[in-house]
Amino acid sequence: MSEPVSALGGAKTEALVTVEEMAPRGMIVLRGKLDDTAITGALEKVSGLAMPGQRGITVDGARRLAWMSPDEAMLILPRGDVSGAQADLTAALAGAHALVADLSDARASFRLSGEDAALREVLARLSPVDMHQTAFGPGMVRRTRLAQVAGAFWMPEVGVAELVTFRSVAQYAFDLLSVAARSPRVFA
Amino acid sequence: MLILTCPCCGVTAEETEFHGGGEAHLKREGPGSDDAAFEGYLFHRENPRGVHFERWRHVYGCGKWFHAARDTGTLEVFGTYSAQTTEPPADLLEKIRERRPGWSWREFS
Repeated sequence: MSEPVSALGGAKTEALVTVEEMAPRGMIVLRGKLDDTAITGALEKVSGLAMPGQRGITVDGARRLAWMSPDEAMLILPRGDVSGAQADLTAALAGAHALVADLSDARASFRLSGEDAALREVLARLSPVDMHQTAFGPGMVRRTRLAQVAGAFWMPEVGVAELVTFRSVAQYAFDLLSVAARSPRVFA
Repeated sequence: MLILTCPCCGVTAEETEFHGGGEAHLKREGPGSDDAAFEGYLFHRENPRGVHFERWRHVYGCGKWFHAARDTGTLEVFGTYSAQTTEPPADLLEKIRERRPGWSWREFS
């Protein structure tokens, strides 16, 4: 069994905020109506996390359960737990109209950390998202665009943001984040 | 710039997060329809100055299609609604009547 390798080998930029590519994580995507309690119940049971509401994310240690669209949820967990969780979830959803897929290799993950205001400014440079504290904060997930590519981000805690993009655009996303992090602050 | 609210995920964002999908509420004319109806289905589109109903896709977000009613001249957005319908909701039509007395779009007015 070959070892999973991240797209950029853990590239890192330290500037206004620290941008680093995260080590490979497990990502399981579930497609199915999230207003069906049979489906969300199975997700909660297997993940051990509470099912978040619309555009929400539940964070516990290395695990995250995110609401991605009315019929899509994403479970992030340690890489080694993927095959077990996928089997459990598939078994728990037997009979339900749902699909479980392991997309761990499809995406690149980045972690941004630093002062909260600086972090918000870096993200606001790349996305058409209102990054004011009253509009976006921990517990929320936002799928949007980072300059020219699709991405999603959330804040597991204040001062930290995690971001996922497709693996094929990992270098582009890292360069974007690095340039945004190196540019001088506009809002003091 | 348009600011649209996706009725599927509730995000309010500007138009670069979405993708326009052309005129809404087209009726498909399939095999067996006459040539004029098929031509209309394929090629004839409304191009109003004023109230217009369009399909949009939240392409960078939840990925869902929805419908939007807007003014092509002022870019005022009257509202967005589910794509799982064949006609605009009554309360939206009423709102447009208030904002644009005398408007009409295809069979709606």
